[in-house]
Order: sequence, then structure tokens, then C-alpha cells
Amino acid sequence: MKKINIHFWGVVPAYVIMMFLMIIPLFIILYVSFMTSDPYGGYKSIYSLDSYIQILYSYDWDENLVLNFHYLQIIGRTIVLSFLAATLCLIISFPVAFYISKQNSQVKQLLLYLVTIPFWVSMVVRVYAWVLILSDGGVLETGLKFFGFVNDIDSLLYSNNAMLVGMVYTYIPLMILPIYASIEKLDKRLLEAANDLYSSRIMSFKKIIFPLCKPGIIAGFVLVFVPCLGAVLEPTLLGGGKTMMMGNLIQNQFGVSRNWSFGASLTILLLSITLLFMLFQAYRSSKLSHQGIQ
Amino acid sequence: MKMLSKIFMSASKEKSSLGLGFITLLFFIFLYLPIIIIVLFSFNANKIASIWGGFSTKWYVSAINNSALLDSLQVSLTVAFLATLFATSIAVAAALALTRSDEIRFKNVSNTVVNLPLMLPEIVFAVAILILFSQLGIKNGMFKLILAHTCFCIPFAFLPIRARLQGMNTYLEQAAQDLYASPWVTFKRITLPIIMPGVFAGGMLSFVISMDDFITSNILSGGGATTLPVYIFSLVKQGVSPELNAISTLIMLVPIVFATPIWLLTKQKIKS
Repeated sequence: MKKINIHFWGVVPAYVIMMFLMIIPLFIILYVSFMTSDPYGGYKSIYSLDSYIQILYSYDWDENLVLNFHYLQIIGRTIVLSFLAATLCLIISFPVAFYISKQNSQVKQLLLYLVTIPFWVSMVVRVYAWVLILSDGGVLETGLKFFGFVNDIDSLLYSNNAMLVGMVYTYIPLMILPIYASIEKLDKRLLEAANDLYSSRIMSFKKIIFPLCKPGIIAGFVLVFVPCLGAVLEPTLLGGGKTMMMGNLIQNQFGVSRNWSFGASLTILLLSITLLFMLFQAYRSSKLSHQGIQ
Repeated sequence: MKMLSKIFMSASKEKSSLGLGFITLLFFIFLYLPIIIIVLFSFNANKIASIWGGFSTKWYVSAINNSALLDSLQVSLTVAFLATLFATSIAVAAALALTRSDEIRFKNVSNTVVNLPLMLPEIVFAVAILILFSQLGIKNGMFKLILAHTCFCIPFAFLPIRARLQGMNTYLEQAAQDLYASPWVTFKRITLPIIMPGVFAGGMLSFVISMDDFITSNILSGGGATTLPVYIFSLVKQGVSPELNAISTLIMLVPIVFATPIWLLTKQKIKS
């Protein structure tokens, strides 16, 4: 009995912090999302569903509700771009992780260190690097003009592609590391056996490497997809005001737009999308462990 | 660079890895070129950041004399130091309790609770904590930042410490207790020295995470406390400039200086 007590007390500070700074505030967001927003900041304690209706509809001149695709477009863009970013990271990470795993241990160490170094570099600086490269008269445009590839190009910054590049760039180490870990665990004799039985390299990848690396793929996908959903820096600096994502849309509601309840309802929506995705991935990995792959 | 090309050459002896090696090379160029460009252009004498106008270090001089930059650096260092201190202490207590407990359900629930900040998008946490602070009427910017950073640093401090504790042999602790050491003395003389590398790694990680945080610090920046990433963000919004490149280069140096000893330490451990 005494033992349990000691264990309980050790976790109490962590529980208190998480309770007061995470769990209770989440319920406050839920509460605020059902209130009326106050144009001077904050909210009024009057129940209304306005902030959820605002996601789908807007008022026209006659105060009638009309379907408005503006916010739906932002939500759709957030999901599609995050998915594309995670998929691109996956496609790039596989050959790189496989290559690293084939090296001797010293080279392996060095390459893994090189993969993680940019991750220690400030995120704002890494995103800024792409502003420097992609902006009008920036490094890329000047370079392309200098070598005579193009005469005039459309602005590269402030587009979906710019955001995509930024997100892949910032989050790719989070994909490489788990995939590398699962390739390392892979029994190399299986590949030799497949080779002996005249399997082509594509076939070995499809039948052996890919299925056995699924736990790593799922982990990497979660690690990239979830922060992309809530990304703020990339859409603000590389996407601009016209191509927004949920992250900077939410941030604006608590900054310049001063619409707290709408911001709260968007936050609840983002949280629900994230939780649904995590549940789906948890289900997939539990299915994998039933099949004996872990 | 020479060393790198050597690695890629030596590895491409096998025919099958030639393509892989090429992709990996391209990947590392993609990873490092933007960083190299910033460093290069920080030495640009031209005021227009993307047109080369000769070599100059004047932007470093003006960066070092920028008082707003130094103020934000001071805020960031103070917040990161205190948040790391609190988060690491809380994480040590939690990790000790959880690795020594036999109750599986208690362990599972507690692991989830301690790692909560890792499971949500950060913007959700930032908004939640902003509303909380405004409800409570807390105005002090520094206080808000320290509390928030402590919270999301806990899992980053917790995970390396727990890993170290799980790999640790408990015989020494049992021996100390057999010799009538009090729990506190056992902890101070036996457990803490053994898990120190984990505590160090966890503390380092949470320090870097706190220094680098943008989303939460930006939303909470109303109270007059601007951290370094938030200040740099405000500069980026004003447009590219060579001084910004110089500031970025200076900031990039710090984590690399931090990360290298950790890498060397782990390398040594593997060798021995």
C-alpha cells in the first residue's frame, strides 16, 4: 500500500500541470465555441451555434444564410496539403533511409547526425530560408534568370506549392528516423532469400520491405501529418493571406480578426480531425500487431 | 564536403546502391542548400538581400548592436532556462514513479497524460492556454510563457529519462536499501548519478524545444514578452534583409554547438 502511495506522489506534479494547462483549457475552448463572440475581443456568455454555422454559411445582404465555400476551401486545403506533404516525405525518405541502413556503422552515425542537424536549427529560420529562395527577385528567380533558363516567372512565393515545399522541408527528418528504425529491424536474410528465388527488386520491395516497414511508415506519417495540420509558420510566411491553412486562420481569429468563438470552433474542428486520424492509425497498427508485424 | 563525397563514392561500388546514393545525395543537398544560402548571403554587402554585392561582415555588427534582438534573446533564454528546470524536475519525478510502479493501468494512463502535449497540434494547445490565461486575468507575459513552456517541455524531458530508467539495473538501489540508506539518499547517491545522462539529454532537448517554440509564444506574446523566434518572425514579415540573414546564421550556430557534443557522447558510448 505504501509503495503505491509513493508512486502516486511522483506523478502528481505532472498530473496537476496537464490538468490545469491542457485538459481544463480544452474544455474551456469547447465552451467558448458555443458562445457569442465579442467584437472587442473575448466572448459573451450567450449560447449560440453561430461560430459553427459560420464555418459553412455566411449572411448575404438580406441577412439570409448562404452556403460559403471560403472556409471549407481552407479546411480542404489543410487536409490535402498535409496529406501530400506526408506522402512526399514518405517517398523521399524510403530510398534515403534504405541507403543509410546499408552503410557501415560509422557512416551511418554521421548520416543520421546530418539528418537531425537541421532539426536543431530554429524552425522560423528554416522557413525563412525558403522565403529568401522563393520571393520575387529571390535567389531562385535570380539564379534562373542568370543562367538564362527563364526571362520572367510568376511569383513562386504565396502558393500551395511553396507551402508544400516548406512543410516537406521542415518535417522530413521526422519521417526518415522511424522508417530508418524499421528498416534496421528488418531481417536482411529475407531479402537474400527473395533474391535467391528470382524475385525482382520491385517485387522484394512490394512483398517484403514495404509490409514489414509498415509500423515505421505509420509512425512517420503521424509525426509529419499532425504537425502539418496545425502548421502556422509555413502558411503565414509561404502561403500568405490568400492561400491560408487552418493554423493561421485560427491564429488570426485570436489576433487581428478578434473572433474568439469562431476561432474556438475551428480549433475544435482541427482537434476532431486530428483525433479521427490518430484513431484510424491506431486501428491500423493494432491490426498489424494481430498479423504479427511489430 | 570532401569527406561526404568520399562516403558517397565508396558506397556506390555496388551497382544497386548507385541510384539510392544519388537520391540520398540530392536529399542532403535539398536539406542543406537553404541553410548554406542563408549563411552565404549574410556576408553580402549589398542591401538588397538576393543580389551579391561583395563580401562584408557589417550585418553581423548591426545584428549584435540590435537592442530589440538582444532583449528577445534574453526573454527566450530566461524562459527556456526556467521551463527546462521545472519540466526536468517534474519529468524525473514522474519517470521514477512510472518505471517503478507495477500497476499496468496506472502506468498506461499516466504515460498518456504526461505525453499529452505531443498528441495535439500545437496551435490547439496555444489557443487553449491563451483563453485560460485571459479567463484568469493573468497579464504578466513572462509568467505565461514560463508556465506554457514548462507544460509542453515535460514530455521531451520525460522520454529520455524514462528510457534511461528502464534500462537501469535495480540491484544497486536494492543494495543501498539493504544497507539502510533512506529513499532520499538512495536517490541522490545511486539513482540520480546513473540516470544523469538521461536527465542531461532530456534537459537539453526541452531547452532547445523551448528556445525554438514559435506558435505558443507568438499567441501569448501580447503581454510584452517577445521571444527570439517571435521577433525573427516579425522581421521576416517585413521582408528579406541581409541583417536578418546574419541573425539567422548566428542563431543556427547555437543548436549545432549544442547537438555536436551529444552526438559525440553517443558515439563514444557505442564504441565502448
